[in-house]
Parts: sequence; C-alpha cells; structure tokens
Amino acid sequence: MSFKTILAGTALAFSTLAAGSAWAETIGFSQVGSEGDWRPAFSANMQNEAATYGIDLKFADAQGKQEEQLRAVRAFIAQGVDAIIIAPVVVTGWDQVLQEAKDANIPVFLVDRDVDVADKSLYVTRISADFNLEGKIAGAWLAQASLGNCKIVELQGTTGSAPAIERNAGFQAIIDQFPNMEIVQTQSGDFTTEGGKKVMEAFIKSTNNLEGICASFAHNDNMQLGAIQAMKEAGLNPGTDIKMVSVDYVPAMADALAAGEANASVELRSAVAEYIYPVILDYLKAPSDLPKWIVIPSDLHVAN
Amino acid sequence: MMVADVLRPRGAGLPRLRDTRAVWPVLALIAILVFDWVMVPNFFQIRVVEGRLFGNVIDILYRATPTALVSLGMALVIGTKGIDLSVGSTIAIVGAVISWRIHAGDPHIVILFEALAVAVVCGIWNGSLVAGLGIQPIIATLILMVSGRGIGLLINLLYGGTDPSFDSPLLQGLSTGHLWLIPTRLVVGAVLFVALWLVIRRTALGLFIEAVGGNAAAADLAGVNARRIIFVAYVLCGLLAGCAGVILTADTHTSDPVSVAMYIELDAILAVVIGGASLGGGRIYLGLTVIGALVIQALTTSILISGLRPEYNLIVKSVVVMIVLLLQSRNVRHHVTMLFQGRRR
Amino acid sequence: MTTGTPTAPLIEMREIRKAYPGVLALDDVSLDFYPGEVHALLGENGAGKSTMIKILTGALRRDAGAVLLAGKPTDFASTAAAQAMGISPVYQEVNLIPAMSVLKNLTLEKAPTRWGMVSWRGARAMAEAKLARLGLTLDIDKPVGSYSLAIQQLVAIARALDDTTRMLVLDEPTASLDASEVAALFDILRDLRARGIAIVFITHFLNQVYEISDRITVLRNGQRVGTGLVGEISRQDLITMMIGRELSEVEAVARVRDTAGGAPVMTAGGVGRKRTLAPFDLTLRAGEAVGLAGLLGSGRTELAKLLFGAIRRDSGTLTLGGTDIRATSPRHSLAHGVAFCPEDRKTEGLVGELTIRENIVLSMQAKQGWLRRVRYRDQLRIADDMIRALGIATPDGEKQVSQLSGGNQQKVVLARALASSPKVLILDEPTRGIDVGAHADILTLIRKLCDRGLALLVASSELDEIVATSDRVAVLRDRAMIGELVGAGITRDTIIGMIAGDDGG
Repeated sequence: MSFKTILAGTALAFSTLAAGSAWAETIGFSQVGSEGDWRPAFSANMQNEAATYGIDLKFADAQGKQEEQLRAVRAFIAQGVDAIIIAPVVVTGWDQVLQEAKDANIPVFLVDRDVDVADKSLYVTRISADFNLEGKIAGAWLAQASLGNCKIVELQGTTGSAPAIERNAGFQAIIDQFPNMEIVQTQSGDFTTEGGKKVMEAFIKSTNNLEGICASFAHNDNMQLGAIQAMKEAGLNPGTDIKMVSVDYVPAMADALAAGEANASVELRSAVAEYIYPVILDYLKAPSDLPKWIVIPSDLHVAN
Repeated sequence: MMVADVLRPRGAGLPRLRDTRAVWPVLALIAILVFDWVMVPNFFQIRVVEGRLFGNVIDILYRATPTALVSLGMALVIGTKGIDLSVGSTIAIVGAVISWRIHAGDPHIVILFEALAVAVVCGIWNGSLVAGLGIQPIIATLILMVSGRGIGLLINLLYGGTDPSFDSPLLQGLSTGHLWLIPTRLVVGAVLFVALWLVIRRTALGLFIEAVGGNAAAADLAGVNARRIIFVAYVLCGLLAGCAGVILTADTHTSDPVSVAMYIELDAILAVVIGGASLGGGRIYLGLTVIGALVIQALTTSILISGLRPEYNLIVKSVVVMIVLLLQSRNVRHHVTMLFQGRRR
Repeated sequence: MTTGTPTAPLIEMREIRKAYPGVLALDDVSLDFYPGEVHALLGENGAGKSTMIKILTGALRRDAGAVLLAGKPTDFASTAAAQAMGISPVYQEVNLIPAMSVLKNLTLEKAPTRWGMVSWRGARAMAEAKLARLGLTLDIDKPVGSYSLAIQQLVAIARALDDTTRMLVLDEPTASLDASEVAALFDILRDLRARGIAIVFITHFLNQVYEISDRITVLRNGQRVGTGLVGEISRQDLITMMIGRELSEVEAVARVRDTAGGAPVMTAGGVGRKRTLAPFDLTLRAGEAVGLAGLLGSGRTELAKLLFGAIRRDSGTLTLGGTDIRATSPRHSLAHGVAFCPEDRKTEGLVGELTIRENIVLSMQAKQGWLRRVRYRDQLRIADDMIRALGIATPDGEKQVSQLSGGNQQKVVLARALASSPKVLILDEPTRGIDVGAHADILTLIRKLCDRGLALLVASSELDEIVATSDRVAVLRDRAMIGELVGAGITRDTIIGMIAGDDGG
C-alpha cells in the first residue's frame, strides 16, 4: 500500500517539476488516505486527469488522520492555491479551517464524504456519488425484474459504515413501495468476498436452500462474488434461480455478469475527475451559487 | 466434580485430561449446539448436495478448519510464553504469492509448496526476531503484522494486480472440494492435526516447549536449547498459518491482502485461551485448542442463522466468550460454588 | 529474655484443620502466640508449618477450627485483612518485584497519599523510616533486583514492619543471610520483642532457634508434637521430636568417610571469567566429594556455574574424561555427563507448571535430543524410582511440582540431575531452606552417590554440611579460590581460619 503511495508521490513530484507553474490553475487536493481498492483508483484518476484540464494538482495524502488533513489544507492556503478539494476524513471539526480558506478567498470543494458545518457557505459544493441513490437504483431494478414480488436476502457492508447505512436505506425506501417485497434475512459480510461467502452459506442453511428466496442484494460486489461461490457449492444457480444485484461494478463482477451468474451491478465510479474538475474550473472562471450537492451519476450494468 | 472424576483416568493413558479444564470448553460447545438445535429444529440435519455432505454442523467444521490450524500454531507459540500477531498477515502474503505464481504460470503443485515455503519464511523471520535478537514477541510479530498486508499488495502489483482472482482445480480442490462425501479441507485439517500431535507429543518437542515457556532459565540449565525451541515454535506457527492461507485463498480463489483473515490472530488467541492454556506459557493443549476454535465458529454460525441484527453480532459474541472464560477461571468457579453451598445451608 | 508472666495470648488458633486433595495438611492443631515472645515453629517438610502460617496470615482458609485475636473470634478473608489487624508475614521465597526500586517495593501497598495522589515525599520518608528500623542504608532508587538475595530478604522484612505491626511472621528469614546479617536481624527481632510484638519464626537452623526463641513448637505430619519453653527442650529432644529418629543416626551418616577418590574425571586449568571469578585449578575425581566453602558472595555459585558452562569462561581449559571441552553451555556439559542443581530452585531449578515426572525426565530428554522421546512407560518408571529413592512426598509423579514443599522440590531438582546419569554432579546449596529430615536424606544420598563412583562438587554456606560430606574442600574468598583442604584437615576451625585470612590449612 505504502509502495503505491510512494510511486504515486514520485510521479506527482516529477510532473510538478516538469510542468512548473505554467498551468492555468493550481488546485490543492487533500485525500483521506489509500485504503481499499476504490480510493487509490480515485486518487490516481484525479492525478492523471489533472493535466488534461490544465490543472497543477497538489496532492496530499492525510493517511486517515484529520490533523494531517488540517495541516495540508492550511499549507494549501499558505501557498495561495486557486482552489482546494477536500475528501474529509471525518465530518466534524471543519468550521475554523474552512473559515480560514474563505478569509483567504480560496473556494473549497468537497468530494466523497460530507462535512458538518454550521455555515454552509464555507464550502462551494460537494461533488460525489450518492450511496442512497445506488441503493434506490438496485431496488428499482429488482422491483422491475421481479414485478414487485420478491423475498430478499441482504449482505450488508461493515456495520455502521456510511455506505452500508445509505445503501440499505435507499434500497429499503424503494421496496417499501411494494407490499410483496421484503428483506427476510440480513447480515454483515464486512464488504469482503470471504465475509459474503460465509454469510451466504449460513443463509442457505437457515432458509432450506434459499427456498422461496428470489434475490440477493449485496452492498458491494466482493460480497456478492463470495455469495455466488457459496451458492454454486450448494448446487444452486445464481443469476438464474436467484436474482443477484449489488453495487460497485468491479472487473470480476463484469465477468460474472457476462457469465450470467449475476444480474445487475450499480457502478460506483472511481474515474470521477471528469465530473469534478469542470465544475471547479467553471466556478473559478465565473463564481456562482451552486447547489450544495452535485451528484455523480451511478450507472446500472445488467447481464445481457 | 462428577464429570471431573469420570474424566480422570486410572493409571497411565491420558495424563492431560486429569484437569477439570477439559470439561468447560466441551460443555460450552455442546451448549451452543443445543441452543442452535432448539432455535433451528433441523440444525443437525445433514444431506448430500453436489456430492458432499451439507449442513450446519458440517459448515461449522468447514469454517473452523482454517481458524483451528492457525490456533494450533498459536498454541505452540503461546506455549513458549510468546505470541504471534502476524498470522493474518502471513495468510495475506501466502494468498498474494499463490495468485502471483498462478498468473506467472507455475505448475499448481509447485505453487502449493511455494506458498508454504513463504509461510515458513514468515515464521523464520518472527523466530529470528524473538529467539535470535531477543525482541519481545508482541513487538517482534507486530512488525510483520503491520507490514504483511502491504507486502501482499506489493506482490499483487507484480502482475498488475487489477484482477487477482484465479482458477486452480488443485488448490480449490484442497479447500472447497470433497473426498468421497467429506469436504477435503476437513481431511486436510485432520491429517495436519494428527501430524502435529505426533510431532509435539511423540517427540520431546512438546515437553521442551512447555519447559521453556514455564521457566526458560530452568529449562536452559536443564540442558534444553531454549532459543532453538522458541525459534521452531514460530516456524511451525508460520507453516500452519500458511496451510490456513492456502485454504482461505483457494476458498474465494482471489488474493485480497487487505481484508483476508482479518483479526484471525485474535480468534486464534481466543481459541487457545478457551482451550484452557494461559498466555503465561508453559502448557500446550492441542485437542482443546481445536475445541476452542469450534466454539468460536459455532458461535459465529449461530449468530448468522439466528437472524439477529448485525449490530448485535459482536456484543453477543463477546458476552458468550466472556461466560466461557469465566467458567474456565478456577477462581470464579470456586466463588460460584461457595455461593450455592452457602444457600444450601 | 523469656516472657515472665504472659498476660493473654495475642492469637489463639484452636483445632485448625486443613485438607488438600489426598493429604491432611493440618489435623486439629492448636497453637497460641503471646505478645513479646519469639515463637519458633519447627518441623520437617510437609509437617504443616507453611499451611499453619498461611491460615494465620489469611493467605489460606481453614476447613475447621477457630482463630481468636485478643480473645475475639476472627476470620481473615485475605492477607490484606490480616495485615490491617497488624499481622505481617514475610514469606520464605522473597516476594519483591525485582525491577522496581526499593522505594516502590517498600511503599507500594500502603503508599502515603495526598489529595488522592501518591505523595512521593511522604513515601520516601516512609521508606527511609522502614529501612532505619533495620539499620539498613540503601540507595532506595535502585531496583531491588540489583541487590543481593540477603539484602532483598531484609528489604522484605522492612516492608512488613510498620508502627501498627502486632505480629511478625517470618518464614525462613535467615536462609540466605550470612552470620553478621543474621546477628543484625536478631538484634532487630529482640528490639521488636521488647516492644511487645509477637514474632513467629520458622527456620531449620537449630542454633538460631536456641539463640533467639522463647518458646518452641514442633509439628510433624500435620500434628503438633509438642510445645515448650526453649530452656526445657534439649537439642537432642528437639531433633527427635522433629524427625522421629535418633540424632546419632544422622550423625553416623555424616561421620562415614570414604578413602580418597579415584581417577580424575573433570579437570579445570585456569578456568575463570573477568569480574566474576579469578582463574582457578580444580580436579574432580570419581568417588570423591569436593566441598566449596566461602561466605555469601565469595564466588561459590560462580565457580559451580563456570564448571557447568552456565556462565561462559573467558580463560582456561576444561577436560572431561581426558577430552578437551571447547564449547561451554549447559547442553554440552550434560552431553558430556556433567549435571548441575542450581541454588535458586524457584527461578532456575524447576518448571513449576510441569509435573514431577516431566521435571525429572527433562534433562535426560534434553541429552537424548528432541527426536528420541523417552517412552511414557519409561518416564513413569524413572519418576517412580526417583520418588522412592529420594523419598519425595507425593502420591505419584503427576502432581504439579509447584505444589510440593521446598525440600521436596529440591529433591526433584536432584532427581532430574541424577536421571541424566551424570559422571560429575555439581550441587549448589543442596540443602537450602530444607529441614533436618530432608537434610539428612540428602547428605546420606551424597555419600551413596560417591560410593558409586560419581564425582561430586557441593557448594554450601553451611560449614557443618561441608565438613560432614567432603573428602576435599576448596575455599573461596573475594571471588578467588584461596586454597584446598584435604581429609583430616577438614574441620570447622580450619575452614573458618582460611576464610578469615590465616594462612593455615
């Protein structure tokens, strides 16, 4: 993990050296860290795409610590960057540093997670995907595919995490519209393949081979891939006997969709620079009142 | 006391069972299973699906196998008064190596040995730090614990690492396949257990580990090479973690260094403790350690099939574990007995 | 000073009964302790002394019987409860925390507090006062472990004493003290006695019993054999009461002396280590017992460990049966037929968690290597043989060794060394903390081993023991060997003379 960061850091240093300050805009980006698969891909996309938009991106990895992140933001302010992008580590404790940025006339854009500040004018807008919407899209697809008639087992993400709470809430909001749709079993698979497989094995036993179950909804693809393995080992046909819908659209899920072992996956984009940079550049050219949340669309991928 | 008396052998035979401590983990396991049986009437039902035995009980054995293997290694290390926090990282590295070598096109039987060799190297690393340099075990193994998953990610980068999943009939056969009706990993686990038991109890290694763990200075003066014994314990622990790593990696046929076998070191330590050993070292109970691993897995499985909301999982687990450990404590048992005796008067 | 008219007993213990699985440790024993007297408690290993004082100090619960404190029935739930009533124990094995400073060890339990925080100034004053009671001057900021065992013992006693102490219980307090330290301790005990404190004194040094005690109680096999004023019990009677054997028998064993030894088995030439022990020459012969005499700290233990390889030598040569031994480690020494029984059985001798059998076979197993395990059947046989031969008090070899009394533990250490079938046996303080009965057993055994052709080296702080057992004596002073005594030249006086610095011998 650290090696990746070093590589990325070195690449960044080189590009900055080579480019100098010939760029139109200088933007500071304070990233949470480099945990998981999605975030490093997100960071890499932001760094790679910066040049295309003529942006000199100053990237800072907070290594999961807020004090590190506050230091980075203050450094950006001191350098007098044109704009600051923050992927916040936590939601609270931002009032003061955002006020400092505002006093220095530097607009702040949030990506990914939200912040909790009394004065919403402290940042321009938040540009991110909507976990709740992802849950809704998955629910809507399933409602249509099952004609509103479906008993569901749910593989939750890590208990208490924002994606787990929101995807569950969005999904629930849709199926609540249909009297014959309900979640009959739900458990946490911790967002891992191993966890998804273990939980699905237990579901298979406790529901007598998924008798009467029409679908499996997983909060991410990894867990769903584990569930697919568990079903195949129990002699079931995922994708045919059971409708499989999940979130992320990782490469392995694309294969599973192609093989007909899964039915649908809502994409959580990591290539989001194309949604973020234009908003910022437009704002820098002509400041205007933007909505406080600009949602990055989530595409639904289904099996053929 | 009655149970203890029954378990006490006359004369030779099984000297380890003399202690009442054998009773509690077994009782805990039975209690959990009975609870499941009441909750899910067909809990003990076993059918044949896809040519192998299929049912909750099989599931518990099946899922407990990797944890049990890691726990057995942990039992040896704890026996020397040490601890190995790096077993999860060893598994992550083993998984990454398997995926890497499969993408590199090595014959799969060779990969099996490569994976185990890497695990042994991890054990040698820990053993060298603890026995060679005399670093405290918790610190020494923390190094690999922290760095191991990163090393796994690095290995995944060697072949691009975007899609670390693979297919391997041999390795998957060892993990998720079946021999006649029995899941292969149960057979693998049983064979490894017997082999380990022979190494520990049919040679003097077990006695030496217990002597070193009980009193290293005395063992040294009695002629036991304490440092070499400690080193061997860590290497065996690494090897057993490697075996668990092969099973876990082949189970999901993908390398996921960040999350594979997360917190398995804690489960393993817990299994050893439920099995009646003290973290102070000096005793190895191989059979009871396996029972400990089964208790943990039976508990996990019961929570999954109970339909309990996931928010309560960890609380329920910790409460049950606490009860088992309290029952184990001679002190608490003594006080509880006193309480009842007092009432009877 | 004997108590003239004892007013009323401070503590009365009435018909105390305590049973362990398979053993009745105390069988309706009654005892009383008066203020201002030193009461010596004597008895062999397993006689019940330790159990008695553990019940007295709240460390153990009795099964039956009553304890009266100043006439009122009491029931100490814990040692803390007993201490609150002014009963302070000092146990046989030093219970200090070696890595902590003297200051903290002395004040840990009852640290003076100020507004809920430990007042270190107060603690310091308290520690100084405690040491001053014993006339000790120590650097109280140094860790306890950096001082000798003797000083540690005194610190443990100092810790137990404070102004509220009504009774001091001392379990083998002099086991690791030299003569001047014992004298200092006795001065303190006399002072405490004059202040009306009841003192319970457990020891196996009969001289000390007669020097300090007012009354003596003898226990045997969990029963009280007798109690009497010190002037009324003769030495002969006392030993008879304790071991139920005639003294002459013990003495007879001691007086037997074999002829000079046979062929040299182990030869040390210029063996030494800087700052540990000056280079020395020593030859051990088959069938000969060599004694190592010297004061505490003179280098007895160091010499024994250098020969065994537990301390690495930096000079000299060591030959065993004619072959040079280069590598020095306990393992190599055992492989060459040298066995060693260390002085401190708790930290260096035994693995307390393991059973008697496992402890006994450990060395012979180490000698054979881990691959060739001694068969279980053989282990049982060897353990049984040793238990019988050495008279270890246990139903079988499956008892945890930590549950044995001190003397029996010492016998297990000895059994382990013997089970490795050594040609040379090195014993460091083989009778430390052991009562008369076991003492005689071990001395008898030493003679028997010599007769069978074993070369023996016995380091001991007890001159009588050395005089009784040795065919030859090496005398140490200030970490150097200063001379040897042979045959008839070995007497108390000659050895003391050499240690004192006369050029005699």
